Amino acid sequence: MAARIHGGAGAGAATALSTFNPKKLVAPSRTNLPARSSKRCIVAAAGSDASKSLRVGHSQKLIANAAVATKAETSATTGTGHELLLFEALQEGLEEEMDRDPHVCVMGEDVGHYGGSYKVTKGLADKFGDLRVLDTPICENAFTGMGIGAAMTGLRPVIEGMNMGFLLLAFNQISNNCGMLHYTSGGQFTIPVVIRGPGGVGRQLGAEHSQRLESYFQSIPGIQMVACSTPYNAKGLMKAAIRSENPVILFEHVLLYNLKEKIPDEEYICNLEEAEMVRPGEHITILTYSRMRYHVMQAAKTLVNKGYDPEVIDIRSLKPFDLYTIGNSVKKTHRDVPTPYAGTLEEWTVVQPAQIVTAVEQLCQ
Amino acid sequence: MALSRLSSRSTTLLQPLATTSLLRRRHISTDTTPITVETSLPFTSHLISPPSRAVETSSQELLSFFRDMALMRRMEIAADSLYKAKLIRGFCHLYDGQEAVAIGMEAAITKRDAIITSYRDHCTFLGRGGGLFEAFSELMGRTTGCSKGKGGSMHFYKKDASFYGGHGIVGAQVPLGCGLAFAQKYSKEEAVTFTLYGDGAANQGQLFEALNIAALWDLPAVLVCENNHYGMGTAEWRSAKSPAYFKRGDYVPGLKVDGMDALAVKQACKFAKEHALKNGPIILEMDTYRYHGHSMSDPGSTYRTRDEISGVRQVRDPIDRVRKLIIAHDIATEKELKDMEKEVRKEVDAAVAQAKESPIPEPSELFSNIYVKGFGAEVNFISPLETTLSFGADRKELRATLP
Repeated sequence: MAARIHGGAGAGAATALSTFNPKKLVAPSRTNLPARSSKRCIVAAAGSDASKSLRVGHSQKLIANAAVATKAETSATTGTGHELLLFEALQEGLEEEMDRDPHVCVMGEDVGHYGGSYKVTKGLADKFGDLRVLDTPICENAFTGMGIGAAMTGLRPVIEGMNMGFLLLAFNQISNNCGMLHYTSGGQFTIPVVIRGPGGVGRQLGAEHSQRLESYFQSIPGIQMVACSTPYNAKGLMKAAIRSENPVILFEHVLLYNLKEKIPDEEYICNLEEAEMVRPGEHITILTYSRMRYHVMQAAKTLVNKGYDPEVIDIRSLKPFDLYTIGNSVKKTHRDVPTPYAGTLEEWTVVQPAQIVTAVEQLCQ
Repeated sequence: MALSRLSSRSTTLLQPLATTSLLRRRHISTDTTPITVETSLPFTSHLISPPSRAVETSSQELLSFFRDMALMRRMEIAADSLYKAKLIRGFCHLYDGQEAVAIGMEAAITKRDAIITSYRDHCTFLGRGGGLFEAFSELMGRTTGCSKGKGGSMHFYKKDASFYGGHGIVGAQVPLGCGLAFAQKYSKEEAVTFTLYGDGAANQGQLFEALNIAALWDLPAVLVCENNHYGMGTAEWRSAKSPAYFKRGDYVPGLKVDGMDALAVKQACKFAKEHALKNGPIILEMDTYRYHGHSMSDPGSTYRTRDEISGVRQVRDPIDRVRKLIIAHDIATEKELKDMEKEVRKEVDAAVAQAKESPIPEPSELFSNIYVKGFGAEVNFISPLETTLSFGADRKELRATLP
């Protein structure tokens, strides 16, 4: 393995965005980088609320919830939380949004009566009915297109690809219609669709079922991409994605569905463009997301024992990149090892913690 | 043809009347008392009994058909010259010859029913209430265009009239259209979606996928195949094993309509709307014809003969058909119709002139409308003083409490 582990997605997107940005990196006027490492980030709906058409119906509901809104400073893992698995966190997020907004519906293969191939939509069909949790036939192109068409009128479909690789069949709809309609219509239509699904290398699922499509989708203008890695950010990102007026692609990972974590009882949302500071440090910045986060944290343990102090950032937002956090981190450490997922068909092994350690050591020579 | 004989007889009858009416000025009849006209061809149907050939219309409606179709025809011809003058660039797909489909459809539905079509959308946009000025501005890429100049010929949209475009990729609008129908059913709107596609797109797999879902879920979708017999340069007999597009829905009923007869189109669309609201999807095949080539880069004569084109123009032209009807029913005289056409021509020229004066978009428009501001960003890399920036080096923190 090379000393610098690059991903096309990482470097390419960063340069693409930086060419568009004519402004230099100026020192932040605010001080709280450590404060921003708090994972909780609750975003208001005021002024930019995602459910404009339901304003009247919602105001009653929102007032009732005001009592449970929390400040941003408290840590995510204090006392009154509840423990659950990542797929349950996704389900909770989805269910809460469906309760909150009748425009939200789910479509995908086996999401309804079967409960979802990864149980993310379990129980939702019984609760919300067949018109809101739709079992589609196996036609990704058509149902993704239908979701986008429905979104043009104001519905907020959550489209599930049973496996992200299947969404290649819908690439035309995602790229041409989903991404570009807001622009080519001069702003007349918004496409508040969420496309989600598991991807990545599982346990011997075979080449076609182990693809990472982030780099393919990176080139599509107009969509946002996020990747979740913990139950906490899974629920937060799911909710934020549904509320966002932009089309959002939420990447999950097959092997992360059974991660357990305690998450708060209160309602919360994660910012769609923000990265998460997993471990602040001084010597080197390691950027990661999704499953690799865990590999990197393992490697970080080894690195700490060897005397290094790595800063680990889970970038979470793949498009647009959180250049702010990344930029500040790299300025601090002046060294950066992006470790995006290298799950292409040619590569047999996933980047292992030992390889990450080697890479860091070589960089820090 | 019976109709032409009838009209020639009536014009000879009208002439002496016209000369004696110098003292009494006859106004163009615009009353709404119903006139019943028979469509020139019967409907052919699949899995359903066809509607009656007797169509109810009125003088007012026939005149509006004539005027609107003349406007569409003129607009397309003006677009042709603008393209040749290089004021319109890129792709420009013209609809002349097919006007009856757009006009007949509009007469049968309301603005709450949605229409979505492909890239041959200029006249459909006009039918939905779009203005000439917006259309020409968009074609020439000015900010006053219906999509602010960012869409171009293939991306006309009009949200308030439920016109969803305007799509460049062949057939991709069909799943979108079924999605629109789904949303209408979801919101219990009692409206239908007309999804238009061509004979070329009729061979796309996603059409059948979408049709399957629409039939399964009983969506109020009317799929309209505008069969102009050529998929760009390939004739339908060379691209479709079964060119009976109205039958290709298999389990979905279908109707074949003479697409050059605006009244037949109106009858069929009315029938289809009623069907779709009760029973789910239906396919309409409009047998129509385009005089221009596929687009402005296609002369249109390499795969068909000029005789064929002029033959259709003489025998089946939709505007002439309505003109003859109007004259036969004594709603207006030939001269009055010609004056109407001259008026239309002036209107189009005025719109073109006005559009030519319109401003081109600012460079900052390149980055607006990519994302919507929400839990995220308005991508606005414009001024360092811009406070709506939410990422980049000096972004403001988005931190507030849930209401």
